[in-house]
Amino acid sequence: MKRQRRRLLYVVTGLVLLGGAAAIVLSVLSDNLVFFYSPTDLATQQIPDGRPLRIGGLVADGSVHRSADGKSTTFDVTDKVHHVQIIYSGPLPDLFREGQGVVIEGVREANGTIMASTVLAKHDERYMPPEVVDALKRAGRWQESAAAAR
Amino acid sequence: MIIELGHFALILALPLALIQATVPLWGAERRHAGMMALGDLTALAQFALIALAFATLVNAYITSDFSVLNVAENSSSAKPLIYKISGVWGNHEGSMMLWVLILTLFGAAVAWFGDNLPAPLKARVLAVQAMIGAGFFLFILFTSDPFQRLADPPLEGNGLNPVLQDPGLAFHPPMLYLGYVGFAVAFAFAVAALIEGKVDAAWARWVRPWTLAAWCALTIGIAMGSWWAYYTLGWGGWWFWDPVENASFMPWLVGTALLHSAIVVEKRDALKGWTVLLAILTFSLSLIGTFLVRSGVLTSVHAFALDPRRGLFILVLLAVAIGGSLLLYAVRAPALAGGGLFAPISREGALVLNNVLLTTGAATVFIGTLYPLFLDAVGGPKLSVGYPFFDRTFVPIMVPLLLAVAVGPFLGWKRGDLRGALERLWIAFGLALALGAIALYLSQGGPILAVGGLMLAAWVGFGAITEWVGRTRLSWRRALHLPRAAHGMTLAHLGLAVTVAGIAASAWQVERIAVMHPGDNIAIGGYTLHLDRLSGLDTPSYHAERADIRVTAGDRAITVMHPEKRHYPLEQMTRGETAIRTTFLADLYLALGDDDGKGGATIRAYWKPLVPWIWIGAVFMALGGVLSLSDRRFRVGVARRAAPASAVTEAGE
Repeated sequence: MKRQRRRLLYVVTGLVLLGGAAAIVLSVLSDNLVFFYSPTDLATQQIPDGRPLRIGGLVADGSVHRSADGKSTTFDVTDKVHHVQIIYSGPLPDLFREGQGVVIEGVREANGTIMASTVLAKHDERYMPPEVVDALKRAGRWQESAAAAR
Repeated sequence: MIIELGHFALILALPLALIQATVPLWGAERRHAGMMALGDLTALAQFALIALAFATLVNAYITSDFSVLNVAENSSSAKPLIYKISGVWGNHEGSMMLWVLILTLFGAAVAWFGDNLPAPLKARVLAVQAMIGAGFFLFILFTSDPFQRLADPPLEGNGLNPVLQDPGLAFHPPMLYLGYVGFAVAFAFAVAALIEGKVDAAWARWVRPWTLAAWCALTIGIAMGSWWAYYTLGWGGWWFWDPVENASFMPWLVGTALLHSAIVVEKRDALKGWTVLLAILTFSLSLIGTFLVRSGVLTSVHAFALDPRRGLFILVLLAVAIGGSLLLYAVRAPALAGGGLFAPISREGALVLNNVLLTTGAATVFIGTLYPLFLDAVGGPKLSVGYPFFDRTFVPIMVPLLLAVAVGPFLGWKRGDLRGALERLWIAFGLALALGAIALYLSQGGPILAVGGLMLAAWVGFGAITEWVGRTRLSWRRALHLPRAAHGMTLAHLGLAVTVAGIAASAWQVERIAVMHPGDNIAIGGYTLHLDRLSGLDTPSYHAERADIRVTAGDRAITVMHPEKRHYPLEQMTRGETAIRTTFLADLYLALGDDDGKGGATIRAYWKPLVPWIWIGAVFMALGGVLSLSDRRFRVGVARRAAPASAVTEAGE
């Protein structure tokens, strides 16, 4: 094979591979984008059921209940305007507690309850997930002074 | 007073770095021996100064000097000594100090051991290294100063995050940084080569050991992080495609590509431009990784708001380092052309395939990790990329790589015989098929993809063994004559197979979650777990709830396990302490959950087949790297002498 033809072969192979990879990435990416909503968004917007989504907010006081078999936990997440009920059947993070900022990843059922697949509470109680701050700000319930004091 | 000495030493290191970044560079241009040699002195002096600064910081932590802001915020007097020391790098400022400590250590190593390097190349390498150093010194001094005093020192510090009070995590950051910073040396060599316009086998001979060493450290660092996640988080997950993990995984992938392409430069004098580009990319990704994790940008671009100066500085530094080196590459890379020709089916061709697949894999991880950040920065919707994205893009790209790993070493340089290679691999192929059939039969319609993964692992593993057996013919004499790098390759590829097997087998894990009272028992993975007692336990730094769980198999008593849940009063935090019993073929994994208020508690039990293999494989890979590193060719002083002769004598490898 001549040098030029060989180079052409490499370039074409490279482009085909690159194109293939890009096609896979783009199609899979659009399927796996998880959009972020606040409890108010969930209450006021039309959101398709059955797609994974993320919710940020605070765990509402007095809302945490564990099932008798210890397998699942129900609780409400709030931005201090609207509440949304969450059902989760995995191990809760060590920092999960009432009043704590959390980020939930899950799927919304037809009745509005979220079946959570992941519950994130950061490993630092002084830290508030940015998504939660954002949700509280949009709900008009964010106090800078409280944030600074934390 | 002592801490001010450290601060002063750090400030003094900055002008030294600036001198080293300019004078030797100019000296190399003018071929002035004295100016070039100056770089050695400043590199050693910089290391001495930074070591002093770091020592004063460690001293402040050990003596619990809470008049230092950094110590007051991140330490407490009641901690064990080891966590006082590891607390130094358990925070942003201290970890940046560790970064520059390793950077200057490596700079000093190049100066000290680099006698056999051509003087201009060495001068330029040290200059580039000092530029990186200067950038970091400025960053620390202006935005992340660990030496600040408190006017009003508290009596007790805030303590260290309990999550970090763990042996696995204490040494995770230093290992990662050794990797990142080791790639900085490869980067400095790449940029120096671009300035010189020359890349040869001697160059590759210097770059490869540094890359290897960095790669080994990074491998161990990532494995430690993943192992830590496994035993702490309470449900036995070991990889989450979390942005923080991806930040260290991307340089590992590209670094692995670099490791392999540097072989081609060394042996065949080809792929020079590409190798230089990989060296630049690997370090760029390391920089991005360090900063993404440390600056908090990963959770959101808005986290910059915490300290806008820090964020801006980071962006400027990234832009200068990455943009500058890539620009230099664009201008100078054409000068590096030339080198040996090779057919598509050849050892070089296989290594190119390895490079293409690894970098494509890294690119998909990059897109998944940074796309949400990018969208957020331009004011788009807030979103994240779900982990199925990574499973569905990265994994398919790795399948051809694993298929090729077994074949590549059988192909000859320049022109390979694919058919001959495959014929020699028929035993490995048969064994992989047989193993797949057994797994399929045993799992009874279980996860089919996991069977495929196991077969791939067997293919890679038996392929590596076949290659090794073919070369040594199982004779000690032959094995001893083989270069250590060849043994290293076998071990590393074997490690890859072991890790892949561990990952694939995790699909067969069994999970049991139950509320148990003392006297209750549950069955899992052939064991019976009896909860004997739930009790409390007090230590100076935490209060623990503890379960005594007796494990039996049939009538045989196996062991007693103690999962705990620990509450740290000072830090106001709770963390679980899991109990794991491993047979190296499977783990029994227990975590204690919340109590039910009626004298019982939730127990999570998992049986995880082959899961330890994930980390055992990583250790094999790193050991393979170390073995290659000890190869005679890389010993100090060999580089120049061996350069002309080696092309002939080692062409057969």
